[in-house]
Amino acid sequence: MSDLVRMTGIDKHFPGVHALRNARFELQPGEVHALMGENGAGKSTLMKVLAGIYQPDAGKIEVAGEEVTVAGPRAAQALGIGIIHQELSLMKDLTVAQNIMIGREPRKSFGRLDEGELNRRAAAALASIHMNVDPRTPVSELTIARQQMIEIAKALSNRSRILIMDEPTAALTDSEIAELFAIIRVLKSEGVGIVYISHKMDELKRIADRVTVMRDGEFVGTVGAAETPVSTIISMMVGRALTDEAVRVPDLAHAPTALEVRNLSRGRVIKNVSFTLRRGEILGFAGLMGAGRTEVARAIFGADPRDGGEIIVDGQPRNIRSPREAVQAGIGYLSEDRKNFGLALGMDVRANIGMATLKRYSDGFGRIDEKGLAAAARKYVASLTIRTPSDRQEVRLLSGGNQQKVVVAKWLLRDCDVLIFDEPTRGIDVGAKAEIYRLLASLAEQGKALIVISSELPEILRVSHRIAVMCEGRLTGILPGGAATSQEDIMHLATQRDTISKEHAA
Amino acid sequence: MSAIKLGWDAGLKSSGAYQKLLAFASLVALIIVFSLASPNFLQTSNIIAILQATSVNGVLAIGATLVIITGGIDLSVGTLMTFCAVIAGVVLTYWGLPLPFGIVAAIAAGAVCGLISGTLVAKMRIPPFIATLGMMLILKGLSLVISGTKPIYFNGTPNFPMISTSSLISAIVPGLPIPNGVLILFLVAGAVSYVLGRTVLGRYCFALGSNEEAVRLSGVNTDGWKMAIYALTGAICGIAGLLIASRLNSAQPALGQGYELDAIAAVVIGGTSLSGGRGTILGTIIGALIMSVLLNGLRILSVAQEWQTVLTGSIIIVAVYADMMRRRRN
Repeated sequence: MSDLVRMTGIDKHFPGVHALRNARFELQPGEVHALMGENGAGKSTLMKVLAGIYQPDAGKIEVAGEEVTVAGPRAAQALGIGIIHQELSLMKDLTVAQNIMIGREPRKSFGRLDEGELNRRAAAALASIHMNVDPRTPVSELTIARQQMIEIAKALSNRSRILIMDEPTAALTDSEIAELFAIIRVLKSEGVGIVYISHKMDELKRIADRVTVMRDGEFVGTVGAAETPVSTIISMMVGRALTDEAVRVPDLAHAPTALEVRNLSRGRVIKNVSFTLRRGEILGFAGLMGAGRTEVARAIFGADPRDGGEIIVDGQPRNIRSPREAVQAGIGYLSEDRKNFGLALGMDVRANIGMATLKRYSDGFGRIDEKGLAAAARKYVASLTIRTPSDRQEVRLLSGGNQQKVVVAKWLLRDCDVLIFDEPTRGIDVGAKAEIYRLLASLAEQGKALIVISSELPEILRVSHRIAVMCEGRLTGILPGGAATSQEDIMHLATQRDTISKEHAA
Repeated sequence: MSAIKLGWDAGLKSSGAYQKLLAFASLVALIIVFSLASPNFLQTSNIIAILQATSVNGVLAIGATLVIITGGIDLSVGTLMTFCAVIAGVVLTYWGLPLPFGIVAAIAAGAVCGLISGTLVAKMRIPPFIATLGMMLILKGLSLVISGTKPIYFNGTPNFPMISTSSLISAIVPGLPIPNGVLILFLVAGAVSYVLGRTVLGRYCFALGSNEEAVRLSGVNTDGWKMAIYALTGAICGIAGLLIASRLNSAQPALGQGYELDAIAAVVIGGTSLSGGRGTILGTIIGALIMSVLLNGLRILSVAQEWQTVLTGSIIIVAVYADMMRRRRN
């Protein structure tokens, strides 16, 4: 069978980065071809070249045997190439139908819209993925998961014969993933070629026919998905074999309680959440997207108002109403969105580390004690092994893992004893993840109390001493860490919806 | 009629509905307060004066609404209005051409200047605030240069003042002396509502303001549409230029600066989001009416003009704060 897509010798430079080096990729009709690699390996860049968003510096693209130039998104559409971007790219103020049909609005004379036809075509696109939603609903009223499905409907409605999905399941629940996979199988049978970018190994086994691995912008290899062990794919990705250490759960029976939360509530998103956290403990928070884990963290940190509940830090009840009061109580929050909420990217490592502690490093006139701050910053650069040429390096030039360490240093300098990590390894390479895990363990050994929120079950199991599981705003259970708990145990609690448990009770 | 209604409905459904209701309620409240305070307020002649005073700012605000919905801003609408009036003066008075040429020239000049702003923003990637600030000053200067810093009177075109001041409606419906300027305001409002609600151009206004990158990645020629939207705003400024010149029976080259802020104020009071993606023409009209009712009412109550300005400023802040509070609650 001839290839549907054949990309060879693709080269792409960005200022300061050689993003693609002689990359190649092939796709057959009716195939699901997974594209894997660490962050920055060039997967998304390569697919953006195919979708006409970037122009390659060199290389050849053939679609159905003919050499083509994909000049832009419109040219890609004409070739039947559809792409679902990693970041949701919907217009929230528009309706579902208006989003699906954007750029292809049925028109009457004088540029007038044929709104009826537009809604009809959108409805057909939604029906094709079995999605039951009124096309006239504003997108802002849909959940993230349903917005993701709208993106898929949008790409499909364009009669794409090549469909690129860049981490399509990042925001989906299990049942929605199953639904998506059913749609993918239908498309496969219709001869659509699908490029599937994902980090989730279990999904590859479920859906992919072949896997192509990239590393540092280069092609590493293409293997069959069914017959290749996950460990082989990972070692292709990182270029070395990873040894996965198991978590060592310390005995904390006599450790003092660092944080106690009682009956925390906030509207429909947090319902009566209570738990304790000891010094030296890592409490993992597991759950599906929208379970309310981040909301709990933000409520404890005072970033969102709470309707009720007590927060007790080191045995003292604290009325935390703002992040400032949380920090004064010794609680630090490390947002999943480091770049927007954790760091001043254009400022240097030293300034970022000192950001929360400037009061200590300045005199009565507000003059900053640069010498003292530099010494403190260097201390943490050394102790956390932050890889940076100096403490004057701008933070945006560091890798994701080292940026995360800068945020950790900021809170450690501020003497925070309770640290809440929200998705600590999001956007961090596989290789650097292990280092973050070791950092978390050593922080706990030093007597810090840690909450770690993660959507990746292997990660939760890898780091947690105990595992709190949430579903729809409720804490559905706390499981022991280590080998005693399996992913299935967590998923069982994470899907224990209120309605279902009531039925059981009845 | 039904088409226009649909256009407005499409806007009402959006989340700006509450804000517009609030704006409408404030307008009604203001009218009630002023009619109780002074028997002169609800006189037909006074109502017509209010409407007439709204016409220029209203038309400018309609133009500004389009660009603001895209997430942009146009600071040049005031001086562009003056520039278009001056162009009309050149064509009609200096060159002595017939009236239709003056009308077409003014609107075309507006469209071309809007297109230039749009090009600066879309193609040269200059932030809208800066690009239109530059255009504002350029056009202010050019108006003075072309006119030799002196007003151009339309003495050679006796029909010219009729554009704004005579009443086509009273010819059809005797006893309803609504001046043409007001009629034009409502015609422009209806047309632009239709464009926003029912045409591709309108759709891309909202789409650009909502998520420009997503629109671009959908294969839409975002630069081209943005230029077209700025051009349409410019053309509407041309209409405003004709209205003001006709009312003054002259093109006053020194006028214009400051009008852009009144226009933006009306847009904001009317519930259009300055961050783009949301907005309606009906809201903008209500916003413009609130401003002129306030000025008129306070003048009737003999409140000093400096206090009128203070109140207008406060209303803008209250209107936007109400909008913010509503969104935070959601």
